[in-house]
Amino acid sequence: MSNFQYLTGVVTLEYDKKSCIGCGMCALVCPHGVFTLEGKKARLTERDRCMECGACMKNCPAAAITVTAGEGCVRGVINELLGIEGPCC
Amino acid sequence: MNNAAISAKNITLLPMAQKVPEGAGEFHLPSHRQPFVTGSHATAVGNVPLVTAELKLRDKLGHCLVRWNIGRDSFTVEAGLYAIGSPTDTSPVLVTANYKMSFDLLRRALNKRDTWILVLDTKGVNVWCAAGKGTFGTEELVDRIGASRLHEVVSHRKLILPQLGATGVAAFEIQRYSGFSVVYGPVMVDDLPEFLDNSCQATPSMRIKNFPLRERLVLIPVDIVLALRQVIPLTLIFFFIAGFTGDAPFLQSALSSALPPVIALLTGVMAGSVLTPLLLPWIPGRAFSIKGGVCGLLLFFPVFSAFQGDASHSAIENIAWLLITLAVSSWFGMAFTGATTYTSLNGVRKEMLRAMPLQFLFMVTGIALWATALWIS
Repeated sequence: MSNFQYLTGVVTLEYDKKSCIGCGMCALVCPHGVFTLEGKKARLTERDRCMECGACMKNCPAAAITVTAGEGCVRGVINELLGIEGPCC
Repeated sequence: MNNAAISAKNITLLPMAQKVPEGAGEFHLPSHRQPFVTGSHATAVGNVPLVTAELKLRDKLGHCLVRWNIGRDSFTVEAGLYAIGSPTDTSPVLVTANYKMSFDLLRRALNKRDTWILVLDTKGVNVWCAAGKGTFGTEELVDRIGASRLHEVVSHRKLILPQLGATGVAAFEIQRYSGFSVVYGPVMVDDLPEFLDNSCQATPSMRIKNFPLRERLVLIPVDIVLALRQVIPLTLIFFFIAGFTGDAPFLQSALSSALPPVIALLTGVMAGSVLTPLLLPWIPGRAFSIKGGVCGLLLFFPVFSAFQGDASHSAIENIAWLLITLAVSSWFGMAFTGATTYTSLNGVRKEMLRAMPLQFLFMVTGIALWATALWIS
């Protein structure tokens, strides 16, 4: 587990346990250990450590995970607020 | 002729049913005429450029320069297949981005190993950031496998990707569209040799992205350069305000009176872009705007007591400088979120919407107080 924690209660990560096929990819690709595989199902254990990179959603063959993924950078958010299509970094 | 029949006959099903860029998927091997290419390696599809694990002085110099934001946009290698050592059709294939730093650190980690390196065209961006943008992505990887005729070069059907590439690559889709299965390697390239020796099994700690001091330190130079670029216009504005309000000749007033707020700007940059990354785990607060502000406060008093010496300045001036320092340090502390390994987009958005009005207010009030004090005196 990383020593760092950002704001709590802000992430958009949603996980539908019913759709989970237990392949374990989410637990494997997550760089912050947000998911753990318990038996035949993944469990969302560290939701507030999610950084919304979207790796779990991308690699879930059952589409059981949704998250508004994106790079958390200031310039990207400003572009978005101003409605500009621009690079993040 | 029946148009519908013709088009139906000509339809070729493209992977992912998305528009494919022009020239994508056409056979292409990278050029041998790149400074780090040391030779040529014959394969079933032609000669592939050979590289070594050893980084030359020239490579290391490039690394130093990009850490200062010099030539970062053109620090690239050509996308495609490379050989390191003397790989055969059973040697592992490692995938990386075409940012030269990513490529160099990968080949350095592959010392004395015969491997293939498949470089994706990520527009010179590192693996993680490119995966976030989608350029280190499923489409590019499928295209690059085809363009390199990887099926003919190797007999196995396995690719090793950096774990952080998973943000842009769907492993199950790569399998479906190319026949290659994706194995996600460790987060950090330094763990790669151990991963490879351990029959491609990662230990739990290899899967977690941490943010140690060493990694935060190397980010600071680029941070400073980008921050200074942002404060230059403000510096000019300060000089003009000081020049027009002073009694002395324009240049003399500008230089003497604008000095304190310019020092406030630089103190803010130092606090937000140097102190914040450096002291990150120990600064109170979770929001980076707060961390930056705290560092600004910490740095303000020593800097300004040293600067003022015995000269007396009014309380209004001191408050003005403090406000400017706080606004700037908080802003650049917040800007560091883009470089961290754990901040989320929605978190940053929430933080920015709350912090930006305050930062703006501090800045405007600070400048107004300072200009007023100049005017009065």
